Amino acid sequence: MKKRGLFFRKTTNLAVTAASILTVGFALLFMGWILYTVFDNGFRSFSWAFFTEPTKPYGIPDGGVANAVLGTIFITLGAVVIGVPPGLLGGIYLAEFAKGNKLGNVIRFSANVMMGIPSIIVGLFVYALMVYTTKTFSGLAGSVALSIIMFPVVLRTTEDMLLMVPDALRESALALGAPRWKTTVNIVCRAAKTGLTTGVLLAVARVSGETAPLLFTALCSDSWPFGYFTQPTSNLTITITEYATNSPFPEMHTRAWGAALIITAAILILNISCRFLFKDSRHGK
Amino acid sequence: MENNSNLIINHTAAAEKTKISVRNLNFYYGMHQALFDNNIDILEKQVTAIIGPSGCGKSTLLRTFNRIYQLYREQRAEGEIFLDGENILDNSVDILELRRKVGMIFQKPTPFPMSVFDNVAYPLKLHFSLSKSEIIDHVEKALRGASLWDEVKDKLKKSGMALSGGQQQRLCIARAIAGEPEVLLMDEPTSAIDPVGTLKVEDLIEELKQEFTIVIVTHNMQQAARISDYTAFYFQGKIIEFDITEKIFTSPANKQTEDYITGRFG
Amino acid sequence: MENSKKQLISPDAADQFFKITTAVCALLAAVVMFGFFIQLFWSSIPAIKEFGLDFLTSSEWDPVKNLYGAMPAIAGTLVTTAIAVVIAVPLSFIVAMFLVETAPPALSHTLSHAIDLLAAIPSIIYGMWGLFIFVPFMQDHVQPFLANTLHLKIIPLFAGEYNGFGFLTSGIILAVMILPFICAVMRDVFRMVPPVLKESAFGAGATSWEVTLDITMRYGARGLLGAIFLGLGRAVGETMAVLFVIGNVQKMPTSLYQAGTTISATLANNFAEAQGVFRSALFELGLILLVISFLIQVLAQFWLNRVSRQMGEK
Repeated sequence: MKKRGLFFRKTTNLAVTAASILTVGFALLFMGWILYTVFDNGFRSFSWAFFTEPTKPYGIPDGGVANAVLGTIFITLGAVVIGVPPGLLGGIYLAEFAKGNKLGNVIRFSANVMMGIPSIIVGLFVYALMVYTTKTFSGLAGSVALSIIMFPVVLRTTEDMLLMVPDALRESALALGAPRWKTTVNIVCRAAKTGLTTGVLLAVARVSGETAPLLFTALCSDSWPFGYFTQPTSNLTITITEYATNSPFPEMHTRAWGAALIITAAILILNISCRFLFKDSRHGK
Repeated sequence: MENNSNLIINHTAAAEKTKISVRNLNFYYGMHQALFDNNIDILEKQVTAIIGPSGCGKSTLLRTFNRIYQLYREQRAEGEIFLDGENILDNSVDILELRRKVGMIFQKPTPFPMSVFDNVAYPLKLHFSLSKSEIIDHVEKALRGASLWDEVKDKLKKSGMALSGGQQQRLCIARAIAGEPEVLLMDEPTSAIDPVGTLKVEDLIEELKQEFTIVIVTHNMQQAARISDYTAFYFQGKIIEFDITEKIFTSPANKQTEDYITGRFG
Repeated sequence: MENSKKQLISPDAADQFFKITTAVCALLAAVVMFGFFIQLFWSSIPAIKEFGLDFLTSSEWDPVKNLYGAMPAIAGTLVTTAIAVVIAVPLSFIVAMFLVETAPPALSHTLSHAIDLLAAIPSIIYGMWGLFIFVPFMQDHVQPFLANTLHLKIIPLFAGEYNGFGFLTSGIILAVMILPFICAVMRDVFRMVPPVLKESAFGAGATSWEVTLDITMRYGARGLLGAIFLGLGRAVGETMAVLFVIGNVQKMPTSLYQAGTTISATLANNFAEAQGVFRSALFELGLILLVISFLIQVLAQFWLNRVSRQMGEK
């Protein structure tokens, strides 16, 4: 048989390897560029006033973003309160009662699809559901929108985490005569505690940087977020949008970068701590 | 280079040529040493079985013959392995050509995610420039060589993954022999397939040794006794005994070998 | 208290109650999913009545005469998404391949974490970086280079005036945004390929590129397709990364340098002031986006499920 030259094959292989290293470098360069910009510009805006004073009305150059930080915390916590319990319970159903059954598969499928629905659609949905009917924008409506985004994430991670708990643990609890619900809550969920916490924190990280769903729900405000239930509520991401696009003033741009750095850093820290938390618990086992 | 160790046997049929000779081979997984000063001669067109308890290093030895261990950075081999007199551990040896010459069959059947035909044609297309009709001829020849042709000639276009376990393993053998190698390495080739499939693979090995030098790692001592001409007993990374299969199984020289083949440990 | 409860409710009833409660919560996923369609359809009815099917094909956008057409927004969405996918998919593939096949374990581990973190960065950050950094960069360097140095302006796609804003810029920013996301899924698909299968191909004398091309890609084809669709879904519905840099004019795309709009950008820009039929028309745009992304997600799930089932058989 006639041999094929090795030179061409080896050269191709080398070329692909070189190209992949270049591509990785290129991708990293872009990512680095973005992060550098955020950190560099963001730090410049940091000052005592930036963290302690509320946003000032349009055109006034000074002020901080303290009310927006607090508002984002309110809205996100609200989303946790609304979205996490049904997510956890639903995840329990999927893992404990619906392994491979049809209803379970429909729910899994819906949840997966729901995770990919654009967040602005969720904003529209909640606008029609809450803002239009109550005739007022509110932080609560923002929380509802974020909770809808969180819910499928918590649902699926809860299922995954519970499925990692060995069946032997369930069986031994049931064999002692414990009812199913006690077994699930006291034994299975407790065994999966770290995983569940990680899942919730990751979901929080995911929604806390959302902007689009808040555009039609929480809106924005220059006051402190104490009208959470009935009034537009200030938050970081909409503040960034306002300051970056609706303003010709460089001071406002700087503050937008500052706000961007706060939210980016918070999300990165959440993600990194989740990883450590989860890794430690798995090593422990 | 000959007979520098008592483990290299003085075989009766002295006319047989040595295909692979291993000299002072040491193997490491990171800090852990897996093979210690191995010396062994493997004869051409014979079946050499390597037996021993799990974790004794028998697969490790096999994986040095085509340098597949090099896929993993932390693994390294020291010493010499001569294939037809050429040291294959030397960096100047072309690894792609070496792997064409030394085919490998794995414990689990590994059909590629493509049709039966494309599976067998894969090494042909990789290493040779052939016309379409030549490829068709060689694929048929390889499938016949693996006694699989009659079973799959009507489903050449079907996925290789759709065959039964035993057929998959013979497909892998067909694929391994398609590139016209000289040596076939088999790493427990029947441990994942059913008894009927096992029997067919064993019969096949019997036929294949007309053309190829075969080194087979097996956990199954009866299998080693049935199909091999020579047997090496491995224990803790060392070759304890290496001799004609019949001798190993009837009158082993070493106490450990005897204990192992009589089932006292392992 | 504990005792009296035990007498009142039998363990079986408690278990039954627990099961039903959790089932109801889980069902919320399907209910809300369905609710999106009902609600958006309901709010779109006035616009559907007013414009009928013409809404889909018309490119008119005149709030004064109250005439609205979805075509420019739909076309803009498709164009920006296409640019993003064309750029991001090959790059993600190569990066994922590098991570799994080429990189030394320590580097692979670090980069892998970095990619997961980058996938978590909110899209508004990309939008802001786009507006302040990338738009001027495009205007000063990339666009003149493509148009004049490479003489691409003879192709209508790169013709016309440029100011940094527009489809090309939006597409590139979307690409940068979805890259870590697609890459993470592709990396997981690559990792699912059984090592023994790869060893087997290496054992046949294949180079690492040949193994990737012939074995990994074929084995993971469905998963890779799923990854592409997941990325597509992200790009199609993204608002904030696009809103600041697309230019926001209701015009059909004729050149990549031109400013335009997307469905989500149109929604974000106009919703606050819209009333009556205008608002309903925006809801209908939302409905169109929902349908598009729903279909994309269904396809993505279909391919990803197929691949995990295939792995399950092994």
